[in-house]
Amino acid sequence: MYNAGKILIGLAIFFGLATFPFFYNMGKAVAKPDPKLDTPEIMKLAKQDRKCVEPKEFMRAEHMQLLNNWRDSVVRDNVRVYVNSEGKKFDMSLQNTCMRCHSNKKKFCDECHNYMAVKPYCWDCHIAPKEKES
Amino acid sequence: MKTLIPFFAVVILVLLALAGVNMGNQQFLFGVIIPYAAVTVFIAGIIYRVVKWGRSPVPFSIPTTCGQQKSLPWIKQNKLENPSTTLWVMARMALEVFFFRSLFRNIKTELREGPKLTYGSDKWLWMAGLAFHWSFLIILIRHFRFFAQGVPLPIHIIESLDSFLQIGIPLLYITDALLLGAVTFLFARRVYLPSVRYISLPADYFPLFLIFGIAVSGVLMRYFVRVDIVSVKQLTMGLVSFTPVIPKGISSIFYVHLFLISVLFAYFPFSKLVHMAGVFMSPTRNMPNDSREVRHINPWNYPVHIHTYDEYENDFRDKMKAAGIPVEKE
Repeated sequence: MYNAGKILIGLAIFFGLATFPFFYNMGKAVAKPDPKLDTPEIMKLAKQDRKCVEPKEFMRAEHMQLLNNWRDSVVRDNVRVYVNSEGKKFDMSLQNTCMRCHSNKKKFCDECHNYMAVKPYCWDCHIAPKEKES
Repeated sequence: MKTLIPFFAVVILVLLALAGVNMGNQQFLFGVIIPYAAVTVFIAGIIYRVVKWGRSPVPFSIPTTCGQQKSLPWIKQNKLENPSTTLWVMARMALEVFFFRSLFRNIKTELREGPKLTYGSDKWLWMAGLAFHWSFLIILIRHFRFFAQGVPLPIHIIESLDSFLQIGIPLLYITDALLLGAVTFLFARRVYLPSVRYISLPADYFPLFLIFGIAVSGVLMRYFVRVDIVSVKQLTMGLVSFTPVIPKGISSIFYVHLFLISVLFAYFPFSKLVHMAGVFMSPTRNMPNDSREVRHINPWNYPVHIHTYDEYENDFRDKMKAAGIPVEKE
């Protein structure tokens, strides 16, 4: 091989970059996020009533869109009542509806958001519920 | 046909992934085996190509230059356009790699009435190429958040800059829109310009469709038909930590996205896309123009036996003297 030294340096850089994710995670325990649903407010409810505004699978994938729609609906159209897929009515409010049950932002919201490394800007305007530092 | 064959090839790839996951329940194949195989092929393939290029001899010193060569001391050298040292070669290469400097010189040639030949500036290809490559790079870097436990700060910075318009939820990435726009432009250019259409091959269209498919499936997953992203990260983290898992409930569009990327990775080293490595191996760009200082030895040269004048004289000295021919050594 001609210019072997330079080419090997280049290949080493390429190999390092291409396999970087494998080395970066070496020896790190992969903790699965585990959002907690055991707030006092949820525990108070009867077993069959422990439901979010929409089914779990929907909320998991689409909650950001739902919240965005709520915001637009409240702020722009002054429509504050949300009718869910079962016909039940809810007040569209992050602080008063969502966080009433899910009062554990750190163990609920942040659990997945930190895992996915996303920083939603909800709390730029809203007030996060008070939590005991654990 | 040149356009339709690669188009349907990508459609078939999409259908293959959809059928494999929805009907065949081949999540492990599409989520673990194929990605691993594709990355292996990618890395090994690039190394193979680069080593193969490295073994090819360069018979002549052939840097392409467009500036004053290093010459007499009072003539100013254009060091960037006509580098004579490794450092300036690297500078020129860096500008080429990061800003496509040679493409910036792209001009449009037209034969107008008269007949008159006119040249004009044409920066569209350069701009679209730059938008495409940079968007792709930023998207690739951004995806590191799916492959790291504890995402490093630079990734956060890139991501927040990329989404700083704060449109919609999840926030719109500027690069997503740029990439789709640029790919569309690069495709439209090949179809619209007769001269470019004439020289375009299926191998030119296929990567465009493939990348378009990857971008569309990614955009769909982020903004429209959402997937359970936490499960997706569990899968990707399983891949990078060599403990593959297939979490339940990941929608099939994710497997389409992953499969198209796997195809892109496996296809990469054996297609024109390998210009990623090839640009560094281009003799016209990576050689210093120092042919007046350093003799470039052609590695092909056959070892020719040279008979110098000294040897000639040694052989025939007596006869030369006898004939009255002057000799250098008595």
